[in-house]
Amino acid sequence: MLKVKKDVVVIGGGPAGLAAAAEVYDNGVEDVIILERDFELGGILPQCIHNGFGLHYFKEELTGPEYSQRFENDVEERDIEVKLDTMVLDVTPDRKVYAMNQEEGFLEIEAGAVILAMGCRERTAGALGIPGTRPAGVLTAGTAQRFTNIEGYVPGEEVVILGSGDIGLIMARRMRLEGADVKAVCEILPYTGGLTRNVVQCLEDYDIPLLLNHTVTKIIGNDRLEAVEITEVDENMKPKPETSKIIKADTLLLSVGLIPENELSKKADVVLDDTTGGPFVNEGRETNIEGIFACGNVLHVHDLVDWVTQESQIAGNWAAKYVKGEYKRTGSKIKMKAGENVSYVIPHTIELDGSDRNRMPLYMRVSTPLMAVDINLYADGEKLYSFSEPFAKPGEMITVPLAQKTLDDLDDVKEIRVDIIEKEGQ
Amino acid sequence: MKETKTLTCVACPKGCEVTVEFEGNEILNIDGHACPQGQTYAEEEIVAPTRILPTTVRVKGGALPLCPVKTSKQIPLEIIHDAMEIIGQKEVEAPIEIGQVIVENILDTGADVVATRDLPRKIEV
Repeated sequence: MLKVKKDVVVIGGGPAGLAAAAEVYDNGVEDVIILERDFELGGILPQCIHNGFGLHYFKEELTGPEYSQRFENDVEERDIEVKLDTMVLDVTPDRKVYAMNQEEGFLEIEAGAVILAMGCRERTAGALGIPGTRPAGVLTAGTAQRFTNIEGYVPGEEVVILGSGDIGLIMARRMRLEGADVKAVCEILPYTGGLTRNVVQCLEDYDIPLLLNHTVTKIIGNDRLEAVEITEVDENMKPKPETSKIIKADTLLLSVGLIPENELSKKADVVLDDTTGGPFVNEGRETNIEGIFACGNVLHVHDLVDWVTQESQIAGNWAAKYVKGEYKRTGSKIKMKAGENVSYVIPHTIELDGSDRNRMPLYMRVSTPLMAVDINLYADGEKLYSFSEPFAKPGEMITVPLAQKTLDDLDDVKEIRVDIIEKEGQ
Repeated sequence: MKETKTLTCVACPKGCEVTVEFEGNEILNIDGHACPQGQTYAEEEIVAPTRILPTTVRVKGGALPLCPVKTSKQIPLEIIHDAMEIIGQKEVEAPIEIGQVIVENILDTGADVVATRDLPRKIEV
C-alpha cells in the first residue's frame, strides 16, 4: 500500500474542490492534492451546458463548462496535484484518507487537514414510491442531462417532468430544443422550487405548462413508460382523485431534490444537520471533527455555483490557517439560530478568532415564499443588523454579508437569531 | 391600445419583477428594475425577445462524443429552432479549444456559435 503525507487533501474536484484547493495554495500551503473519482475535473458543471453561471463571481454570464474551466485553469497554473479516476473509500477522524485507483492501487494519505467537497446527488424514483409499474424511461433530470449533453443520447420523445427544481426546468428546455415534446412540469407545492428566471426562459419561452399543486400518482407501462397519471393535490398535498388525468409519455424526469453526499463524512464521525443534510460547521467551515472542513453542496445544497466558490474559498482559507498553526478559537461559541420563516443558516456557529476576517457571509433559506421582507438579526434578543429584500423564495438562497465590525463586540453573546418577515402591509 | 405587462427579468438570478406599459411596439414606461440591464431586457422583451442559445455539437475523434457550444451573443428567440437545426447538422473534429468558432454568423444574426470547453482528442489504447 502506498502511504503518503499531504498538508491538505481535498475530496472532490468539482467547483467546491477546485476553488478550495486554489485558495489553500494561495494561502501558502502548496502541498495540497485533489482526489476526483471522474476522468476529468469539474464535477457536475461540464454537463450544465446552459448559461447563467458566474454573474456574481465574475460579473459576466458563463456556461457551466466555461465556469469550470476557469477554476481548472487556476489549479493547473498552480501545479496543484490532482488524482483522477480515484475513489475515496474511507476518511478517519484522525484524518487518514483511504483511496484507490487503477494505477497505484490502494492509497493511504495522512492529511494535515481534509476538505470535504463531494457535492450532492439527486433524489431518485425509489425515494418517492409512486404507485404503478417500474418501466424504463423514469430517470432523474440530472441523468437525462448527462445522457443528452455529454454522452449524446436524448432519452425520450414525450416527456413529463416531476418537480420544478432548476435541473428539471433546464432539462424541459433542453429536451424541447432537441425535438422532444415536453408535455408538462408538475410541482406538488404551490410554488416552484427553481429560480424564477428558469421558469421564464425554460418554460414560458417554449409554452411548456407548469402545473403547480400537481403530482404524478401513477406510472404506467411494462418495458417502457407508456403514460403517467397526474393529479391535482389539496392544501395538505393529498391527491384529489376526481382531477386525475392520463398523459401519454415515454419519459418521466424527476427533479425532486438534491441530497448532500455525506457517506464519507459519516465515516469520519462528522455530525450532520437533519435540515441541510450536511455537516454542522463553524464560520471557517470546520466540522465537529478538528481539521476536517466541508464546503459546497456537500455542506448544503446551493442554487448558484458562485456561492459555492465563495464558500469553498472560505473553507480553503481556514484549512490553510489550520495547517499553518494560525487557527485560533475565541473561546466563546455563538450559535446561529434559524428564527421565523428561516429553514436554516450557515454557518451553525461563530467561534473563530477573526482578526483578519473581512466580511463573513451568512447563507440562509426561507421556509415559505415571502414578499418585501426584512431580514433581522438579533444578538441574544437585541437587534443587531437588518436589511431588506424585495422578495424571498425557498428556491433562492439568501446571502447576508456581515461586516467585521458587526461581529467585533459579540464576545458575550450566546446566540444570533435570524428572522425573515414580511414588511407590514404586505 | 395601452397595455401593461409584468415580466421577470432574466438578465441575472436576482429576477426583478419589471412592469412595462406599452402601446404596440412603443414603450411608455418601465418600472421595478434594479439596474440598466432590466430596462434593456424589458424593452427587448416587448419588441423582440432575444436569448443566448446553449447546446451541443457532435465531435469526431474526441474524448467525448459532444462538445458544448453557445451563441456568442443573444439571438432572436423566434429563430432558436432554426439555429438548432443548423448546429445539429455540424460535426467538428477534435481537439477543440474553448472559444473556437463552430458556426460563423449563424442565420446572419452577427452571433457566432462558439465552443464552451476544451475537448482533447480521444486517446487510443
